[in-house]
Amino acid sequence: MSAVAAPECKSQVVTVMESPATTEPPGPAAPADQAGAAIVRFEHVGMRYGAGPEILRDVSFALPPRSFHFLTGPSGAGKSSLLKLLYLDHLPSHGRIEIFGRDIASTPRGELPAIRRRIGVVFQDFRLIDHLSALENVALALIVAGARLEQVREHVAEMLRWVGLGEQIHAKPATLSGGEQQRVAIARAVIGKPNLLLADEPTGSVDDAVAMRILYLFEELNKMGTTVLVATHNDKLVSSFAHPRLDLQAGETSLLPPA
Amino acid sequence: MAKETADLPLRHDAASRFVPYVIAVMVYMAALALAGAMLVASAVGGWTEGLRGTMTVHIMPNPAGAAATAKDLEKALTLLRADPHIAAARALDETASRALLKPWLGAGAAAAEIPVPRLIDVSLRRGAKLDPNALAARLRKAVPGAELDDHRRWLSRLLGLAGSLETVALLVLMLAAAAAALAVVFAARAGLAVHKRAIEILHLIGARDTYIAVQFQRRAFMQALMGGVVGLGAAIASLLAMGKLFGGVELFGLNQVRFGPLHWTALAALAPGAALIAMAAARFTVLRSLARRL
Repeated sequence: MSAVAAPECKSQVVTVMESPATTEPPGPAAPADQAGAAIVRFEHVGMRYGAGPEILRDVSFALPPRSFHFLTGPSGAGKSSLLKLLYLDHLPSHGRIEIFGRDIASTPRGELPAIRRRIGVVFQDFRLIDHLSALENVALALIVAGARLEQVREHVAEMLRWVGLGEQIHAKPATLSGGEQQRVAIARAVIGKPNLLLADEPTGSVDDAVAMRILYLFEELNKMGTTVLVATHNDKLVSSFAHPRLDLQAGETSLLPPA
Repeated sequence: MAKETADLPLRHDAASRFVPYVIAVMVYMAALALAGAMLVASAVGGWTEGLRGTMTVHIMPNPAGAAATAKDLEKALTLLRADPHIAAARALDETASRALLKPWLGAGAAAAEIPVPRLIDVSLRRGAKLDPNALAARLRKAVPGAELDDHRRWLSRLLGLAGSLETVALLVLMLAAAAAALAVVFAARAGLAVHKRAIEILHLIGARDTYIAVQFQRRAFMQALMGGVVGLGAAIASLLAMGKLFGGVELFGLNQVRFGPLHWTALAALAPGAALIAMAAARFTVLRSLARRL
């Protein structure tokens, strides 16, 4: 991990994110966030896998624009399932989900990729593509939107330097430690300046110092307008930041004040 | 062709390595079938062109002798030349008639004392609407034993045979295309299964289905083009070898047919044609499979 001073790093991140990295239009219109309404709205949402039991029962909440929430709750409470609904990997078994003002159930399938590109996701299991280098994995988030690797190479390298992987930009995931892979996954999630950032245990494989750095990065993004939801078990980390908690217990959510 | 995107390492897929070989065999078969069909079509064109507007009258040898046969020939010629539909009637001399038998009976037999019918080559006027049956009846009345051959029966049999050969060639072409497409479909399905995780990641970070499909279709295109060129090269070599081996063999004029630029272009189009079919098959398979996801 390189010991780069945080303020310098933040300015580098701004450079990366404000670059015209994509050639596609930003996607479907987003009346909700323009009007200041919720970026995400769940209304009585339930979810089950196949014919199994309900993982989420009656979940209702809203994430306002530019908000920062922790998603807390015990293991098995359904945090990852809730995130799956948010990053459009599953549809709810009942209830209504609105993201960027679009009712997901009635949004044509062809418009979902554009919505996904406005959402940055840090997966718990990183989900890096094994045969691609760290740089290529991060750049992929921009390439799928139409950018060419040559156009974004320098920006992506800057981002990787910021997360402390400047020496490993050409390393394949298999040669990186869990913490390093997690940082690549974080870089990929934030490189496109998403409107909504979802992170599933983003600090699970890193030490406390790196965990704090990652949360500072998320805060920086949040200040620039990104709505952030971080699912975590790390009570110490949650109590270090003054952000409200969306607490998930037995398949239902409640909004709690900062710890 | 653009450089292959490396998101999915399709180049290393064991399941798709057989595709160029299958395509090469299919293009080889298709090229031979197409060449055969074009050869027959050209020969048929030659036959119909040569025989359109012509008839042949056979005057059987008169038992009374050569002078009587010559008299019969004159009668027939007079009758034919008097018909307003007929532009010209020309009698072949006996030597020419015997020469026609040479390929069938040999030089010795043709020269022997075998009675040979005398032939009259008849050319019709352009657009003439002659009733061949009525003319045949008039000829038989004037010269007993005279026969009129308007070539229709012979030509219709040959045309039927040629049509059948062309149909078979078309079927071979379609089967080759279907087999090539199936090979690509199976390879694409295997690729989708092998790269399921990477495809899922691409999907979740916002890749469109077409972004993923393009990678499969480029791969299929390149593999099929490579296989197609090899198969086509082998087919052309085989055709040239067959031309050398059988060029001197008389078979309904097939040996007289020469391939022109159009024929060679049609053959050459098989390789890119196979590549386009492979590309379409890969795209269709991938898009159909991805459409089942959210």
